[in-house]
Amino acid sequence: MAENIRVLMAKVGLDGHDRGVRVVARCLRDAGLDVVYTGLHRTPEEVVDAAVQEDVDVLGVSLLSGAHMTAFPRIMKRLKERGVSDIILLGGGVIPDEDVVALKKMGVAEILLQDTPPNVIVDTVRRLVRERGAR
Amino acid sequence: MRVPSRDLLPRVLKGEIAAIARLLSRAEAADPECRDTLGEVYSRAGKAHVIGITGVPGSGKSTMVSVLAAHLRKAGHKIGIIAIDPSSPYSGGSIMGDRIRMSDLAGDEGVFIRSMATRGALGGMARATLDAVDILDVAGFDYILIETVGVGQDEVEIASASHTTLVVSAPGLGDEIQAIKAGILEIADIHVVSKSDRPDARSTISDLKQMLALGVSLESNAAWRPPVIATSSLKREGFDELVSALEKHKTFLAGSEAGRARSRKIAQFRMLKTAEDLLRIRFTERSAGRVAAIADRLASREIDPYAAGEKLIEGMGA
Repeated sequence: MAENIRVLMAKVGLDGHDRGVRVVARCLRDAGLDVVYTGLHRTPEEVVDAAVQEDVDVLGVSLLSGAHMTAFPRIMKRLKERGVSDIILLGGGVIPDEDVVALKKMGVAEILLQDTPPNVIVDTVRRLVRERGAR
Repeated sequence: MRVPSRDLLPRVLKGEIAAIARLLSRAEAADPECRDTLGEVYSRAGKAHVIGITGVPGSGKSTMVSVLAAHLRKAGHKIGIIAIDPSSPYSGGSIMGDRIRMSDLAGDEGVFIRSMATRGALGGMARATLDAVDILDVAGFDYILIETVGVGQDEVEIASASHTTLVVSAPGLGDEIQAIKAGILEIADIHVVSKSDRPDARSTISDLKQMLALGVSLESNAAWRPPVIATSSLKREGFDELVSALEKHKTFLAGSEAGRARSRKIAQFRMLKTAEDLLRIRFTERSAGRVAAIADRLASREIDPYAAGEKLIEGMGA
């Protein structure tokens, strides 16, 4: 209970599929993490600004619309503009394998696809936060 | 790389978002390293007007806070919002969704929103809420809005933490008897009836007004009579009236005996809460390892609950 990992879960753009993001939020809650959910239809810039105010360890962005190759670069750009380097960026949803490779090269820490079991999601978040260390 | 809290402070004073956010996290985690810095923050704070917003779950607090903040922004004020949501009693985790209702404020640099989980604290606020208020205060926010968790009938701590307390009532949640019960309604400096676009809002407004009229005849010399303001976040109606009621209450407190009494009450609450926290930490440390054994004797009815309680706090000093 004392680990206090904070995660911001977000949906960006014209993507109304929020069942997945809510399931993930619930898994993280049940594992004892604090989850801030932004709701649907946010811009990448709004999501980053919220993550900075909330000082989250992890920013998780769910995309099932196919817009990941435009959304993530905008998120990375905004993080850089805000001078933030210690928020871990996670992606999730329906994303083709070749794009997963490209996104990770771009700096997205991990992509969790739609068939990822809940415990793997929780373990991945904990591992990435542990690897980053205290801040 | 970890930046020491004392090095964050100058950046907080300049209003730098990332530094404010980080110091808030350390206050929330009760990190001993930031304690002296929070002391420094406290000594510099005291300029902001703190507004507490409370009400039952689903009464429209978050949406109302969002529209209210936008109205206060029009007058050029900088707004800090602390939105509190409950932690799970089982896992300790939380899902904080107040931001969903506040999307209209996104992109405004004059608004800072922070979500906080209660982490087992009762009373409607989180343990570190008042530290967070101080941090936002010294960072230059003029109004700080604390939105409590959705409360029941009894969580009244917010009145001891804020200068002005708004109690939000939504239409359709009870009859006129609810309005004369003791508890949450008594702490309001301003009553807000939300969702006033709904037809049944009229009866909620009149129930509240009747309750207040009873109070006035019982204590006719009360210096402040809580107004009842009807707002519709949907239609953006009633917010000019709400802002002017807030300003009136702020003026009422400024330089008056009532204002000084309020400040004393807030300070006293803060002191008692802090003492309680310190006691709880010591208690948890010292009782660790003894709880199960004493509970066994209690469960087998070998001893009674009072004897068990006495035994548990044995040696903690008077």
